[in-house]
Amino acid sequence: MIIFLFSQFDCLDKLFQHKNQIMRYFESKVVSNEQITGDIFVLRVFRNQAEARPGQFYMLKSWDTELTLMRPISIFKAEPEEMWFMYRVVGAGTQRFSELQLGLPIKLLGPCGNGYPYEELKGKVAVLGGGVGIPPLCETAKTLKNQGVSVDAFLGFKDELFAVEDFKPWCENVYISTETGIEGHKGFVTDLLKPGQYDAVLTCGPEVMMRKVAAMCKEAGTTCYCSLEHRMACGIGACLGCSIRTKNGMKRVCKDGPVFNAEDLLW
Amino acid sequence: MENVNLSVKVAGVSFKNPIIAASGTFGFGDEYNELYNVGCLGGISSKGLTLHGKDGNEGIRVWETASGMMNSVGLQNPGVEHFIQEGIAQMRRFGNVLIANMGGHSMDDYITGASMLSNADIDMLELNISCPNVKSGGMAFGIKAEVAREVVKEVRKVCAKPLMVKLSPNAENIVDMALACEEAGADALSLVNTFQAMAIDIHKRKPVFNNVYAGLSGAAIKPIALRMVHSVCKNVKVPVVGMGGIYTAEDVLEFIMAGAQAVQIGTVNFNNPLAGRIILDDLVRLCVKEGIADINEIRGVCL
Repeated sequence: MIIFLFSQFDCLDKLFQHKNQIMRYFESKVVSNEQITGDIFVLRVFRNQAEARPGQFYMLKSWDTELTLMRPISIFKAEPEEMWFMYRVVGAGTQRFSELQLGLPIKLLGPCGNGYPYEELKGKVAVLGGGVGIPPLCETAKTLKNQGVSVDAFLGFKDELFAVEDFKPWCENVYISTETGIEGHKGFVTDLLKPGQYDAVLTCGPEVMMRKVAAMCKEAGTTCYCSLEHRMACGIGACLGCSIRTKNGMKRVCKDGPVFNAEDLLW
Repeated sequence: MENVNLSVKVAGVSFKNPIIAASGTFGFGDEYNELYNVGCLGGISSKGLTLHGKDGNEGIRVWETASGMMNSVGLQNPGVEHFIQEGIAQMRRFGNVLIANMGGHSMDDYITGASMLSNADIDMLELNISCPNVKSGGMAFGIKAEVAREVVKEVRKVCAKPLMVKLSPNAENIVDMALACEEAGADALSLVNTFQAMAIDIHKRKPVFNNVYAGLSGAAIKPIALRMVHSVCKNVKVPVVGMGGIYTAEDVLEFIMAGAQAVQIGTVNFNNPLAGRIILDDLVRLCVKEGIADINEIRGVCL
């Protein structure tokens, strides 16, 4: 069945066969859509051949006009033939994603946004994620490891763990916290971080967590990159629906971000 | 290529087809041009400009609703001067009709901005008297016909370019508003802008938008927009550009049959970023199927 789907996608992909960083709008098919815990799902779809950077995202929709807007979901894993997305069911859009099954069509626009500036990073880097801010850091950790950077992961959960095993191949250490204390450190993941030990900290998750990380990094003199979440309409920088105020003026989370140097942010 | 004439004229300006990207949904065209050649569209109406740039509104700016969306961007834009310096050259690359959309907070802003744009390389000025997301002034111009008349009259004096006035559906009486703008010297009218609307976050027990009210657009408003375009077309002589929830080629024909000279597409760009090109391709096929050789021949058949 998988092989059959691949061949179908080959026809589609001829339209997008240039391997480049240019975003495209295209129809793909669902490879699998698995509920991994609670309300967290992993959606695997055939990808286009555009190069995707860790920290970038796609706008997704599995509807025609029943819903108006596409939904931004970050890249969890960029595999040679597939793009993996990890998402939490929070509203009408992600509810529809959760109902997707093998072989069903899905539309993608992307890759969108800037991604983490991994090329600039050396030495020892921490990736720190909370909740559904964790997924984009997995592909980031892999990319960093592959360029010889030593990576530690700090993953904060409310209760049930997810994605932890996905980090292990790319990280020297994986530190866990849960708010309930069911596993790992009981409390916040920021309790575990010692930013002075790292050349850079990359973070994604709830704003309150990222603010804390940014403040800790500032005190330690460690570079910090934050990946922001925002409601979006177009996803490509045209509508200004996701603009934020920064030290360098108004910036679009979808196009100028979602990754920003913490120094540029006005929290 | 099928032999269907889609070219239309609005206030002396020729459009190769009646599909125009609506202001505020399309930036200055660059982003969508990464996905398809936006030069295929009849024209592009720029992101809404104000004399001095604006940062726009704080808080949530876009919100999904049943068959549509709400927005409260608040006219974030780089200002008229910056647009003249950079935006125009950027938009000129596309080779289609360049419409500068401009709003204002005061009569002076409207007059100064319009005279600057009048001397710039634009094809048409679309005067926004109707943005519902700007707290001071913006809306008042779009609600009272007599206030609109004054601003259009003053802008007309300084604007040598074709002048299209964009109307708000929140006007006290849309036909009176249209007539006032026509009498004040508008060369064309475009309608409708978004409907003032509201959403509440029940968990926070607060309005979703910092401005409380925001603009509703999309398929949800299409039948009302169509009715308004129809009733305005019945009453004015100047050309009308219709908009409001147009998602398909069928919708385009409806607006043209209701009397619109051309149409604008906005919210649909978010649902499908290739919408402009798709609607255009579909429109050719639809005309062939419906036996329409020239789009102009069906205009106003329902008036």
